[in-house]
Amino acid sequence: MPTPGDGSMNRPSDLTRWTAAEMAAAVAAGDVSAAELTEAHLQRIARTDVQVRAFLHVAVDSAVAAASAVDTKRAAGELLGPLAGVPLALKDVFTTIDMPTTCGSRILAGWQPPYDATITRRLRAAGVVILGKTNMDEFAMGSSTENSAFGPSHNPWDLDRVPGGSSGGSAAAVAAYQAPLGIGTDTGGSIRQPAAVCGLVGVKPTYGGSSRYGLVAFASSLDTPGPLTRTVLDPALLHEVISGHDPCDSTSLDAPVPPVVAAARHADVAGLRVGVVSELSGDGYASGVLRRFNEAVELLESLGAKVTEVSCPHFGYALPAYYLIAPSECSSNLARFDAMRYGLRVGDDGTASAEQVMSQTRAAGFGAEVKRRIMLGTYALSSGYYDAYYGKAQQVRTLIAGDFAAAFEQVDVLVSPTTPTTAFPLGERVDDPMAMYLADLATIPCNLAGNAALSVPCGLAPEDALPVGLQIMAPVLADERVYRVGAAVERALDQRRGHPLLKEANGVDEADDASGEAGR
Amino acid sequence: MTAAFDAAVASYQPVIGLETHVELGTTTKMFCGCANVFGAEPNSAVCPVCLGLPGSLPVINKAAIEYTIRIGLALHCSIATWCRFARKNYFYPDMPKNFQISQYDEPLCTDGWLDVEVGGQVVRIGIERVHLEEDTGKSRHVGTSGRIHGAEYSLVDYNRAGIPLVEVVSKPIPGTGALAPVVARAYVTELRDLMRALGVSDVRMEQGSLRCDVNTSLTPAGSAEWGKRTETKNVNSLRSVERAVMSEIERQAGILDAGGRVIQETRHFHEDSGTTTPGRSKEEAQDYRYFPEPDLVPVAPATGWVEQIGAALPELPAARRARLQAELGLPERDMTALRNAGALDLVAETVRAGASPAQARNWWLTELSRRANEAGIELDALPVTPAQVARICAMVDSGELTNKLARQVLDGVLAGEGSPDDVVAARGLAVVTDPSVLAAAIDDAIAANLEVAAKVASGKEAAVGALIRAVMKATGGQADAAAVRRLILDRLTGSP
Repeated sequence: MPTPGDGSMNRPSDLTRWTAAEMAAAVAAGDVSAAELTEAHLQRIARTDVQVRAFLHVAVDSAVAAASAVDTKRAAGELLGPLAGVPLALKDVFTTIDMPTTCGSRILAGWQPPYDATITRRLRAAGVVILGKTNMDEFAMGSSTENSAFGPSHNPWDLDRVPGGSSGGSAAAVAAYQAPLGIGTDTGGSIRQPAAVCGLVGVKPTYGGSSRYGLVAFASSLDTPGPLTRTVLDPALLHEVISGHDPCDSTSLDAPVPPVVAAARHADVAGLRVGVVSELSGDGYASGVLRRFNEAVELLESLGAKVTEVSCPHFGYALPAYYLIAPSECSSNLARFDAMRYGLRVGDDGTASAEQVMSQTRAAGFGAEVKRRIMLGTYALSSGYYDAYYGKAQQVRTLIAGDFAAAFEQVDVLVSPTTPTTAFPLGERVDDPMAMYLADLATIPCNLAGNAALSVPCGLAPEDALPVGLQIMAPVLADERVYRVGAAVERALDQRRGHPLLKEANGVDEADDASGEAGR
Repeated sequence: MTAAFDAAVASYQPVIGLETHVELGTTTKMFCGCANVFGAEPNSAVCPVCLGLPGSLPVINKAAIEYTIRIGLALHCSIATWCRFARKNYFYPDMPKNFQISQYDEPLCTDGWLDVEVGGQVVRIGIERVHLEEDTGKSRHVGTSGRIHGAEYSLVDYNRAGIPLVEVVSKPIPGTGALAPVVARAYVTELRDLMRALGVSDVRMEQGSLRCDVNTSLTPAGSAEWGKRTETKNVNSLRSVERAVMSEIERQAGILDAGGRVIQETRHFHEDSGTTTPGRSKEEAQDYRYFPEPDLVPVAPATGWVEQIGAALPELPAARRARLQAELGLPERDMTALRNAGALDLVAETVRAGASPAQARNWWLTELSRRANEAGIELDALPVTPAQVARICAMVDSGELTNKLARQVLDGVLAGEGSPDDVVAARGLAVVTDPSVLAAAIDDAIAANLEVAAKVASGKEAAVGALIRAVMKATGGQADAAAVRRLILDRLTGSP
């Protein structure tokens, strides 16, 4: 049955413009079939992905089959999950038994995993329709998708700009209405940063809240799967589908899933204590970003939140600590790509030794950024350097967690701009790794401490008319708070504007959008 | 002991140390649900986790932790209340992830000891640590040499990858002098017996489930500072442990005698020659870049659980040996021989099944040991049970079998022809006891050897052998020679 909160009263005629909640409600009510939804999105991908290049693999057959299974279940009167029949774009870092998994790397080109990731399994079990696998920076290392071995994705707001990264493919797909739901992974900001620069909502759940089994590891102690969507309610629905204890992941938390859907519907910040992190603004942040951020803070205050400024003195060390810990773990995690069992094999001419084949394969199979980080990490873990680099970085990590703990004694949530700038032009930072790394300045602290964070659009920067993200951070396992605040901001801004922010995006060719119903 | 060895230990004081790897006999592997099996079809007991496939994650096998704590407690170690696994990073084709999940500076068990007996003396060996790790896969190099050099290609079997492996590291053992090789062997033997008694591993050395690295150094007599040590890898039998230490002592003494210096290095032991050859030197040593395994949570065994494991420890080998010695009434020398042969339990069970201690000892130490050696397997791998050995002993006791026939019965049992009684029946091996058959054979023998018979009758009993041989020949060897002798003497002299 349509409910007012799901907006079923005024759904657009183009199915792809609906929210995931609207689609799920319509499928459950029999207003639309999962097959129709899937067909509409596959057509949208076919028409727009030439420009956006969000997908590395579109799984037409399995998507159609999954949708038809949902329709059959519904026809049989079986109870459907809260997102049954809704299409989804899956980052190509999760294993899928029926689709290749490349992690955006040449070294895994064509690899077909023999097993499904836990997240993949949970999505399938919930009746979510996986449309395909999305582009990403190689092994999730990057902030623009330009490190993908298969070429970059493009930002639907401006096709000459990056969609952010590393989950840029999923973000671009959702922003281009190719799918209402995307799954990404956030190691240093890889969900929140693309969400911010594509005008989307992106959530990094509490570390351990969503399973890493079948997520090809970049940095094990930081990697966190999470949702990317166009509204605040949609990721909450997806969050509940993918979360919960997984016995296959030792670091998965055996705790109840926070009540995020209820919080997203609650959308009330009256009396909530909001802390503005003084270290996450100012120098290095674009003026338009700061302007929209400050307006968002004023908005929260006007909605009844108690805003104070909070200092997190060790956040300045977060970026360097991250660039020791993440490469260290990656240097070990990526050692397995050695041509012995799967993936690319180079130089096996019958005379080369195993060692030669390994090194030639790795030289040819990994891109420059991956090699840079493997070398950084190998160095940081070397005997004689371990204490000064990896060891010291772990101490910084403890201090940053301490900053959060102290801050959350004073406030319920912390806020900051999600990214220092809006989407930058393709190619602008590819030769300047430090500039690229700075894109994650504000997002990294939460990865080091493991707590939850969400990025919600808070307007367009005046200078370039590109989206700005507001980052909301909450304590470990208090994920519902970020949804509550995010939903309040979203509702207030949508009301003020009269429509969702994404409606102002015009990068993707709209010419044939009128034919959006052709598939019905 | 060679002259070179005697000279070496006269001039230098050896210090030894042992790192012993034991594969645990858990039902499943260390970090996944795959079966822990030996000898299965290559790559049949594997899954994404033990193959290290991208995205897979390890989950600790609680039974392996429990077994390791059991070992630690039996070795009088302290059990960590909190410890972590670490990654040991190095590239090798049979390592699925190119890192091994092991323990580094936070082992599960530390600082214990194990008493071993050498020549009636007890030597207390310090235990530095006991830690848990995963085994690697196994490479098979196909080509003429069977080694990696000169191989045409190599195959890897990952069934072994991820099997839980315990490493027991001894403290340096100084002061054993010429006994160093024997002490090393006795230590590994004691450790093996301990693992079996604890039920944590069946310890089949021939299958590689116990592997030793032996450290050896020499200190010139009177010097306070220990010499440079070498680490001899993959010493995989009790005998090899002794030989490897001996060979290293001789080799290092040779270098020092000539005024050279021993290089700290890894060496490989060769079963065929009993000598070692150099592997990696310290200069080329790998940097393993250990760091805490981020895919696993720390292990914090609850005190109550550790106490429970301690309370459930079985009787340990030293206590068991003392008890069995009292039960069997065998002298110290026999007990040592039985231990060395790995026959103590087999003898005890044979006695429990009705044989006398002396009979059981003889069978297991001579006839059965010989056959195990010929087959190249451990004594307890012979396809004969202590109960069957006891049955054969009983048939000898009752005169149903001669010792010679008993050996033939054993042949049949080992060949899988069934129980001793089945073999006797099937092969017709029972002793000929029918008086009429024997009497007829004796008559024939005397008739054919009248001169000999006359000599015997006139009191030259020593000549009776020819007559006995004739009877034995006539009965196909199945008569009891002693009984035949008695019967012939009875017949010819009127008194046996």
